[in-house]
Amino acid sequence: MTSNSSSATPLLEVANVSKSFTMHLHGGARRDVLRAISFTAAPGEVVTLGGPSGAGKSSLLKMIHGDYHCPDGAIRIRHDDGVTDLASAAPRRILALRRHVIGYVSQFLRVIPRVSTLDVVAAAGREGGLAPDVASERARTLLTMLNVPGHLWALPPATFSGGEQQRVNIARGLIAPRPLLLLDEPTASLDARNRAVVVELIREKQRAGAAIVGIFHDEDVRDAVATRIVDVTRFAPAA
Amino acid sequence: MSGLHDQDEVPLLAVRGLAKYYGARRGCANVSFDLHQGEVLAIVGESGSGKSTLLNLIAAELEPDAGSVAYRLRSGETRDLFGMGEAERRLLFRTDWGFVRQDAAQGLRMGVSAGGNVGERLMMTGARCYGDIRATAGDWLERVEIDPRRIDDGPRQFSGGMRQRLQIARNLVTRPRLVLMDEPTSGLDVSVQARLLDLIRNLVADLGLAVIIVTHDLAVARLLSHRMMVMKGGAVIEEGLTDRVLDDPQHPYSQLLVSSVLAA
Repeated sequence: MTSNSSSATPLLEVANVSKSFTMHLHGGARRDVLRAISFTAAPGEVVTLGGPSGAGKSSLLKMIHGDYHCPDGAIRIRHDDGVTDLASAAPRRILALRRHVIGYVSQFLRVIPRVSTLDVVAAAGREGGLAPDVASERARTLLTMLNVPGHLWALPPATFSGGEQQRVNIARGLIAPRPLLLLDEPTASLDARNRAVVVELIREKQRAGAAIVGIFHDEDVRDAVATRIVDVTRFAPAA
Repeated sequence: MSGLHDQDEVPLLAVRGLAKYYGARRGCANVSFDLHQGEVLAIVGESGSGKSTLLNLIAAELEPDAGSVAYRLRSGETRDLFGMGEAERRLLFRTDWGFVRQDAAQGLRMGVSAGGNVGERLMMTGARCYGDIRATAGDWLERVEIDPRRIDDGPRQFSGGMRQRLQIARNLVTRPRLVLMDEPTSGLDVSVQARLLDLIRNLVADLGLAVIIVTHDLAVARLLSHRMMVMKGGAVIEEGLTDRVLDDPQHPYSQLLVSSVLAA
């Protein structure tokens, strides 16, 4: 079941992971999302999750990030200290992995009241281990590259457009040098010019040796960055 | 990778089998958890869920019917709170613990000036030089965004949000390692809440505080906490990483709580 075309040691190994949701408020209705999915991602790979919306791609990324329970199977992440199975790891362990190993760009920015755009991004860098001055400098560079106008940097991003918020979110997710990157439709509300910037940023991370797992709705982005496609529908539960 | 190396350190606080009954009614029962330095734990639940009882047990303001609360002192020694003498425990709470209460009137000395409220904690820990105490109190007022020129005003002249910020200054001035917070933002206007939450968030991160925060507000838990415990009927029914409890709740009651929040 493992589809691994890379010879490098995988950084991420998803092994026999299944997921279903039990909705207790709706008579205990059960929604099966994934059954026994297995794949790996090695440094320098951009593994793209394929399949129609509702196939469980976002759920899978959320499990790898620890936002969703993983009751069946294992999600093994390799780091300097060894290997951690995220499915069974304690909250502290997951938080430590998020600081140092797992970067995540979600579809929506979770805005913190009163914090400026520049600091929203720089704080993500500091949490990832960058020195404060390096984090600020890198935040400026990323926001400039992503065409977020300078006059917005001092403002909290709460009032920004969807596309602007998404670019702030991308800057947050990419600022620290984390070896595993999870990208959930990072270009969904971006124009062609900014999509091209994101493609270049992803390639830069890839060249730096990150293992990347992403969901890309835009074909041009997917074609530009994917080194391998894992079709999630192959792991759909039988109806 | 420093964050990955400290997994086995001794917890700051270890709660085991804590229980309290009010006659036949269960206040809380069978509560166990560890809290490490720098960790923020939110205890959520509705009124009567037992979350305040639990906090008051940890603060030794209630006597438990069963269980223990062990705390790692600055010396490195771990002691059971209920095995300590009253004087020793009071000294610990004044120096190494803080307790920010929902009602500022309970956490502040309402008849004493802002500077006095902050300075009093310092004097309890041995500070004697009036000039130093006043200067430190002024610094802390500034840190919690209160104009230091109001150092001689009393809390009665302050708004609700300012009183809560003063309470925070009073609690943090002795650089405690553990701070308990009981609904610190409820009863405040939303804009005032946001400012207070932002302030708490920054102070907690800057000072590396361990915090136990009781709240009924899931947005507060999301913003401030790393881990969450959901209580109902005196029992912990679900616990884990805050994001996970809120994004993928397992227990029917947790699902009800999460789905009952109006998305703004």
